[in-house]
Amino acid sequence: MSMRTELGKVRGMGAAHEGTGHFWQQRLTGVFNLLLTVFFVAYVACHLGADRAAIVASFKNPLIAFGFAAIMLNSLWHMRLGLQVVIEDYVHGPATKLITIILNNVYAFGLMGLGLLAILKMFLGA
Amino acid sequence: MLSMMTSIIHRVTGMGLALGMLFLVWWLSAASMSDSYFALVQGFFYGWFGRLMLFGFTWALMHHALGGLRYFTWDTGHGFALNKVEWMVRANWIGSIVLTLAIWGIAYGVRS
Repeated sequence: MSMRTELGKVRGMGAAHEGTGHFWQQRLTGVFNLLLTVFFVAYVACHLGADRAAIVASFKNPLIAFGFAAIMLNSLWHMRLGLQVVIEDYVHGPATKLITIILNNVYAFGLMGLGLLAILKMFLGA
Repeated sequence: MLSMMTSIIHRVTGMGLALGMLFLVWWLSAASMSDSYFALVQGFFYGWFGRLMLFGFTWALMHHALGGLRYFTWDTGHGFALNKVEWMVRANWIGSIVLTLAIWGIAYGVRS
């Protein structure tokens, strides 16, 4: 008979030793993704056929720049967590699992860096 | 049967959208770089293959987003009755197709 609480038992557990934090973050970023999806679809609808000058000009609007920066941070974090679950479920060798999880991080943070850089460049100058 | 397939589809659309993010960052980078490079990337997206791909990403995004709503419902402890599950899964598929067609309909409407 354990005296530990249910939460205490799962803290630091799970295939990647992250406990319930992963589950919670997946849900939280998921909710924000719903809002960001509406923003993104609206942005695309408003800029169909726009030339580069118009796109760059649109990123001078702090709301647009912020919206896209939020997509880079929130959606790519959600992506990183989601792909990690897939890796945990289907990749089993300790070494291959470690390598694929590292590659997953490289992919997510690489896209995040490149995306934020492009947004910042257009926001400030281009 | 359909609900099990839909659960897997949620993963497949998620992985597809992970690839989609690469194309979004490609587009953002091109827009931040030069007119000629942006024209090249736009040319790709406006071509038949680019359009088909974007259509696929649109559907994947809609299906994944609606699927997410289903998981939120389950997280609250509701919607586990088999008829409810069946209803939500059907709404997921029909909703994703309707939304995708609506978005592309509006897009072509705006363009013309």
